[in-house]
Amino acid sequence: METIIEIRHLQKFFGKNEVLKDINFSVSRGEVVCIIGASGSGKSTLLRCLNLLELPTSGEILYHGQNILEQNISNAVYRAKMGMVFQQFNLFNNLSVLENCTVGQIKVLKRSAEESRKTAMEYLELVGMAQFINARPHQISGGQKQRVAIARALSMEPEALLFDEPTSALDPEMVGEVLKVMKNLARSGLTMLVVTHEMAFARDVAHRVVFMDGGVIVEDDTPDVIFDHPNNERTRVFLKRILDD
Amino acid sequence: MAVDADSSFFQWVVYILQHYWPLFLRGAEVTLIISLTGTIIGFAIGILIGVIRTIPMDQNTHPLKRILFKIINFLLLCYIEVFRGTPMIVQAMVIFYGVAMIWGIHLSTFAAGIFIVSINTGAYMAEIVRGGIISIDKGQFEAAHAIGMTHSQTMSNIVLPQAIRNILPALSNEFVINIKDTSVLNVIGVTELFFQSKSAAGNNYRYFEVFLITCLVYLIMTFTVTRILRYWEKRLDGPSVYTIHGSQTVPEAEIKIVGRE
Ligand SMILES: Nc1ncnc2c1ncn2[C@@H]1O[C@H](COP(=O)(O)OP(=O)(O)O)[C@@H](O)[C@H]1O
Ligand SMILES: [Mg+2]
Repeated sequence: METIIEIRHLQKFFGKNEVLKDINFSVSRGEVVCIIGASGSGKSTLLRCLNLLELPTSGEILYHGQNILEQNISNAVYRAKMGMVFQQFNLFNNLSVLENCTVGQIKVLKRSAEESRKTAMEYLELVGMAQFINARPHQISGGQKQRVAIARALSMEPEALLFDEPTSALDPEMVGEVLKVMKNLARSGLTMLVVTHEMAFARDVAHRVVFMDGGVIVEDDTPDVIFDHPNNERTRVFLKRILDD
Repeated sequence: MAVDADSSFFQWVVYILQHYWPLFLRGAEVTLIISLTGTIIGFAIGILIGVIRTIPMDQNTHPLKRILFKIINFLLLCYIEVFRGTPMIVQAMVIFYGVAMIWGIHLSTFAAGIFIVSINTGAYMAEIVRGGIISIDKGQFEAAHAIGMTHSQTMSNIVLPQAIRNILPALSNEFVINIKDTSVLNVIGVTELFFQSKSAAGNNYRYFEVFLITCLVYLIMTFTVTRILRYWEKRLDGPSVYTIHGSQTVPEAEIKIVGRE
């Protein structure tokens, strides 16, 4: 299958702290990859490097074979192709639900207001938030905010969608509605990279599960292997700790 | 009504109001125009500087650009420090007479007044705007960058609207301060309220009565302006109620929901 992103020898330092150490992996079109690992293992940093919210210290990020860290492709153009859903939603507070989903299309993709609205409505419908187009972010619940954030990212029609613990900031009763939306997206063939602690979700929808520890990828395999008979001792210990409580 | 040295305080107040109300009115008008224009221009200066001073620089920025940025930043900082660290009454003297002496430009006192209030306000607003921009949640910048917005698109569409909303109270405050502080412009002969009051008082040697009226006129202006701006700030927040579009059974149905918070 066609490779969308390939990461080669990615390394990231924060000061003297080496947070990512020689990361190598790739994502193909339509693949759903879940990244798991203890807090502080570098999952967010990896995702943020993929969207250039953090600049890697060294290594390559190949997007359709082209290294985006060399300046021949504009960061903005590339970022528009990599959607991102944040743990804290980060909806634009000054804009309504609908405007949150149209502003990027209008300003970045230069679509007309009418076309943007149509696209936005389509995705707001998909996440079940079409009724709330006039609401402001502070007027809706966390689960609703995250669904709007997903619609906002989808409205840009990205090649892949990156999720950084999309349900970790939610009250327990709202986790389900967001996971359901994500499951449907996964089944529709969207390329997704999901940092998550929801092991049932990972087992259910991921094609591959990546386990990270201490800034390295310890194991990268199918959910069956990772969850049922992991090859690495560290994976086993981590999963045992997670699944026991 | 005739008045003399034996007339009561009250008689004098009535007399002064009767004879000098056009003077007070003209003075108040000049005060309002200068302070309003100065606040608006100062606000624009503040936004410009606040935006420039928050341009992000990282290791990927071209070195020349970084040096240029440092120089501009230093100059802006000088401007801010000088104008915040000296009294406006002294700035008025230095600018009004300095411009005339150095460049041979004779500004009208009115134009000079607007100029002085503008750059003075600009120095204060620059720091307020910068603070307003910095205080916007980092997540707003990141979300905007994540959908491919450039820094300037992020600023104009997402960050500035929120920052400006947050600093409106400070802007109102600055306007009120300017209404009061334009009184110092009388030293360069701007015919604002204080200047006019002085001439009314000098004509009759009735300083207490005249300046009591002046006091009241200032108070009316600042009080009214404060109320109007507060009302405007409230309106800007938009309705606390939103409409749900359509329902499962009746697509046209509109349901009003009272917002949280
Ligand atoms: N902006 C930053 N500056 C310095 N250190 C950071 C920064 N962001 C993350 N780190 C450090 O990098 C490590 C990995 O963090 P992160 O990628 O957020 O881990 P995870 O998402 O797996 O919990 C942590 O030790 C964290 O303290
Ligand atoms: Mg994280």
